[in-house]
Amino acid sequence: MVHTIWFVVLSAMLTGYAVLDGFDIGVGALHLLVGRNREERAHLIRTIGPVWNGNEVWLIAAAGAMVVAFPSVYAASFSGFYLTVMLVLWLLILRGLSLEFRHQIDNALWRDAWDVVFSGSSVLLALLFGVAFANVLRGVPLDAQGAFQGSFALMLNPFALLGGVLGVVTLAQHGASWLALKTTGDLRDRARRCQRRLWGVTTATIAATVAASFVVRPDFTRNFLAAPWLSILPALAIACVAGLRLWMGHDDRRAFLASAGVVATLIGSAAAGLYPKLLPALPGSAHPGLDIYNAASPDGSLRIALGIYLVGMGIVVTYLWRIYRLWWIRAAAAP
Amino acid sequence: MTSAVIAARVQFAFTIMFHYLFPILTIGLGVLIGVLKSVEFFGGRRAYGHAARFWARIFAITFGAGVITGIPMEFQFGTNWARFSHFAGPVVGQTLFMEGVFAFFAESSFLGVFLLGEGRVRPVVHWLSALMVGCGAVLSGYFIVATNAWMQHPVGYRIVGGRAELTSLWALLTNPYLLWQYPHVVAGSIVTGSMVMAGVGAYYLLSKRDEDFGRLSVRVGVIGGLLFSLTSLFPTGAFHAERVSRLQPAKTAAMEGLFETQRGAPMAISGMPDTDAKRLLDPVLIPNALSYLLHGTASAPVTGLNDIPPDQQPPVELVFYAYHIMVGLGTIFIALFVLSALALWRGTLFTSRALLWALMLAMPLPYIANEAGWVVAEVGRQPWVVYGLLRTTAATSANVSGGMTIFTLLGFMGLYLLVGALYTLVFLRIVFQGPNAATTESHD
Repeated sequence: MVHTIWFVVLSAMLTGYAVLDGFDIGVGALHLLVGRNREERAHLIRTIGPVWNGNEVWLIAAAGAMVVAFPSVYAASFSGFYLTVMLVLWLLILRGLSLEFRHQIDNALWRDAWDVVFSGSSVLLALLFGVAFANVLRGVPLDAQGAFQGSFALMLNPFALLGGVLGVVTLAQHGASWLALKTTGDLRDRARRCQRRLWGVTTATIAATVAASFVVRPDFTRNFLAAPWLSILPALAIACVAGLRLWMGHDDRRAFLASAGVVATLIGSAAAGLYPKLLPALPGSAHPGLDIYNAASPDGSLRIALGIYLVGMGIVVTYLWRIYRLWWIRAAAAP
Repeated sequence: MTSAVIAARVQFAFTIMFHYLFPILTIGLGVLIGVLKSVEFFGGRRAYGHAARFWARIFAITFGAGVITGIPMEFQFGTNWARFSHFAGPVVGQTLFMEGVFAFFAESSFLGVFLLGEGRVRPVVHWLSALMVGCGAVLSGYFIVATNAWMQHPVGYRIVGGRAELTSLWALLTNPYLLWQYPHVVAGSIVTGSMVMAGVGAYYLLSKRDEDFGRLSVRVGVIGGLLFSLTSLFPTGAFHAERVSRLQPAKTAAMEGLFETQRGAPMAISGMPDTDAKRLLDPVLIPNALSYLLHGTASAPVTGLNDIPPDQQPPVELVFYAYHIMVGLGTIFIALFVLSALALWRGTLFTSRALLWALMLAMPLPYIANEAGWVVAEVGRQPWVVYGLLRTTAATSANVSGGMTIFTLLGFMGLYLLVGALYTLVFLRIVFQGPNAATTESHD
């Protein structure tokens, strides 16, 4: 029971990260397309300025949840995906640098350079997160000790590359939805146009990824057949995709929520299909795959950590909610 | 020791020592800004609020650099220390998780309110957000030092199936090793914040510009520096050293360069440990002082390195020198702040060019002292990564080669060179522009 709860907690934390820092990454991906000059780009960054740092904490908290609840998966995946994890860290550093330092010096070249760094690092982050997501679904070649060594050939397999594309277009769409909500005038028009153009590509990529996932993970339907109520997640995903199409262009608030829903239900559906596995083993592996039982901390530790989580996140949600409401004002475009 | 282990150790040491440069300032400044805002809020002194706004800009870039260099730390337990994570995850994961959930969310979210919310929120909310950021920083330090304390002195656990399981969260959070270690770390951090505040203030006074702000910063910095440099020595430093000598005798022997177990053990003010000849070269000794300081009586024995098996000894030279650098600098801080505080009391500090120059030039020193202290703590714990339970050589990731680690170490070095250069550039710019410059674009 407590293992299942922790599976849900970990999925929730990763979903929270994807929905929140997802739009920061999406804004970065579209930065040079929606913002045509330095002032506009400054304005785009201002929309995420107060919240991006707090959004990034969800990644740290999710990693912390993995350390305490499923240390074997944390150890295996981070050391196995070594170079990819390091690349992600370096990209996070570069993105953070661009957001922290861009406005500190009033020089045209300085700001242009950081605009490119911000955008480039964001696109690559979206790509690598998508690749990681796909590789977790596909599985890895685990040895008898439950470890693996991820080479580039392993990590950049066709399914993972599709996942990478999925990451880029879904988060870009999400970023566009945020910008449509938080800007006015020309910027908003451009954001809405990106939103409209991305919708088709994203929906097609989602469909392709879902289809491919049944090839890569033939037992994906197992959980949905055993517990049909889980199908509400993919159903909600379809509803959110449709809702986004319906509301984009005139109801930016609902459109953004729908976009958030797309991200959340995609991850939720994948998690529901993956359960109880955390890191599946590719066929031919010496290990049956890391799951919530063989990769978990002992029961006592899980229970203590769960108590910490409920108290802590209870406090966090109360003040985060109020802080978000403080920033929930449409930023006026700079003159 | 294989190249994979050496590379993993060097990478961790490099990334953590670079990262740590930033939290020592944010914790210290966080507390001091909380003080400034409280004086403004309760005492109505506008100048203090004005000063807080300047120091918030320094705080913001330091916090930002701390975050981007800090994320790799949590991930590095998994990438390069997989066997450690597997063994200790159920225990240290608790405090790492708590750091994220209780401290990081608070710090990051309220920092946005503090930096951008003045005028948009009620003054009491703005003051509260400053406090929350300070609390978040202090709390974050608590959880990470608690993690380290468990590695130094495991408590509240049992071994099940070859790994550690937590049996008592309370024991983990009230680890006797933590009791003086944590206040000592915080004191060292506030000394750093105080020295930077006083040093920057001294710069303005010496340059005869922004003199009101300069006087305020020097005043707050000197008072904070006096209080906390004394506290670093006593009670926190003294009692922590005493505890370390009971719980980790090998570390104490290395720190002090003590080879012979003896009663009336002397304290070495300086010297050069020769591990081949097993003695201290050119020692300057205070007889009986070590026995007295550690155990309260000159007749108490202190264990020397010769009675500790060589495969349980840390690298002696590094630990010895790091400890003596820390103590030497700490003594200098006390002397400097005592002299400055006396001058402040007599009204002569702001015109004493000698003291102002000393305060300004001393700014890098607390960084060296704090880092040296952690070198003692971490290198002194070797060959253990979890004291008495897991050796460092058995804690790395089996599937990560030395070559991969050296590649990523070089990557970090390059990136952190950039981070360091940018941070220094912007820090100096903020200082040269001064407290009355309008920000070119506020952080939003």
